[in-house]
Amino acid sequence: MAAYVLHLAILAGIYIILTVSINLIIGYAGQVSLGHAAFYGIGAYISALVSLHWHLPFPAAALAALLAAGLCGLALGLPTLRLKEDYLAIVTLGFGVIVDLVFLNLEVTGGPDGLPGIPAPSFLGLDFRPPWLYLILVVVIVILVLIAAYRLVDSYHGRALRAIRDHEITAQVMGINTPAYKIVVFTLAAALAGLAGSLYAHYITFINPETFGLHTSILILTMVVLGGMGSIAGSVLGAVILTILPEMLRQAHAYQELIYGGLLMLLLIWRPSGLLGRGKLSLKFLKREG
Amino acid sequence: MLTLKSVQAGYGRLPVLKGISLHVRAGEVVTLIGGNGAGKTTTLRTISGLLPPRKGTIEFAGQDLTRLPAERIVTLGLALVPEGRRVFRTLSVTANLELGAFHRRDKGAVRRDLEEIRQRFPILKERAHQAAGTLSGGEQQILAIGRALMARPRLLMLDEPSMGLAPRMATQVYNILAELKAAGTTILLVEQNARAALKVADRGYVLETGRIILDGAAADLREDPEVQRAYLGKGYQEVWE
Repeated sequence: MAAYVLHLAILAGIYIILTVSINLIIGYAGQVSLGHAAFYGIGAYISALVSLHWHLPFPAAALAALLAAGLCGLALGLPTLRLKEDYLAIVTLGFGVIVDLVFLNLEVTGGPDGLPGIPAPSFLGLDFRPPWLYLILVVVIVILVLIAAYRLVDSYHGRALRAIRDHEITAQVMGINTPAYKIVVFTLAAALAGLAGSLYAHYITFINPETFGLHTSILILTMVVLGGMGSIAGSVLGAVILTILPEMLRQAHAYQELIYGGLLMLLLIWRPSGLLGRGKLSLKFLKREG
Repeated sequence: MLTLKSVQAGYGRLPVLKGISLHVRAGEVVTLIGGNGAGKTTTLRTISGLLPPRKGTIEFAGQDLTRLPAERIVTLGLALVPEGRRVFRTLSVTANLELGAFHRRDKGAVRRDLEEIRQRFPILKERAHQAAGTLSGGEQQILAIGRALMARPRLLMLDEPSMGLAPRMATQVYNILAELKAAGTTILLVEQNARAALKVADRGYVLETGRIILDGAAADLREDPEVQRAYLGKGYQEVWE
């Protein structure tokens, strides 16, 4: 039982990094991304590959994951973030599908079989194989990510981001370089997702493409919407609830999916802006601006 | 100070401005009046850099604005109060004001300006921590003007500041414009409400389907029979008899 709780706590921690990072894009910069799991997957695969082939220690592998996912985010963001947000939703969706297919078909990623035998982290003379030690590692990283996120959103730059979310053109007239802000945030969020991927890979020690598909992107998005967009605490709460809730519903296994979906719907009817959020999920990209 | 020479602009294949020339001198209040779809907002969007002109030149204080992006143009001293106010709804009133000074690096002066604007518009002090989206339309308009003033503009551009406001609030907004004028602020004012605009302005241009059809001193435009008929809501009879 204790091992099971530890396992869920570690997964929740990884999801927190994912939700906080995508919340920077959606809840603060007001852009829609439907392919966040792709960056998660890029981080996981890069981290696994550099560990397996080059025997890099975990900190170096995690850094490689962070940089690789960030670079992919930059490469995707540069051409697309200058466009309107509806394009971004479609491009990120397509990107997620393509990356998933690449994992599935490349030799080096092991195709559908994935990559087994990823080493558990071992550095500073510590072996992080025991789950409670791994949990400490995850918690430390989550805390660092949260501090960084809070510092960003409460800063001068965070305010510029929220101005972009509220009204992009007006933000531009105020002298805010909106394309630059969007690209930097998108890159940062992609890099953090890569870090989460690295933590996942070295914890489970086995990865395959299934984990990083569209359903994971949607799950992360759901966590953010449930917790409340534009609220870091909301992202944490959403990640924790949606990690634990399906597990608690296991006892009613015949009705698990039904209750899960029903609860989500009720929550969002009751609180359309999420548990702790202020803004509603923007479907602006579905309508033309007048 | 601001000079437009035969500026053409449009959206996609649709031409909106078909060659506009106008100028604003330092210390002047100039208004651009015209009906719906005449190109008033498009003119301001083009000057602000939100819409690149197809032809013609825009010059501000000796600088060519034609190819500058919007976020650079504001640093030269051009501030826009956009149509429909466009306050940052989820941000506090104070945050909105501070964003007006986003490009400024003189932090001490920004703080003093913030204090000055709050004194001048006490409602912005009262509502300092409220989300801007919760203000009334008139209060939002005052906030949008205050936010633009935080940029310390050399030229203030306003797009339909009285639109959608209760008459009493519209009057209050125009009183503010009169005060700004008295303080020597250079203003380019776009309005459908020609009566109010011509009262505060020194000069005016009349825009019709992308062309300037008339210009002159505001007092003369007020007396012009064509302007009276089309924009001041006086019937033919009243004008001709």
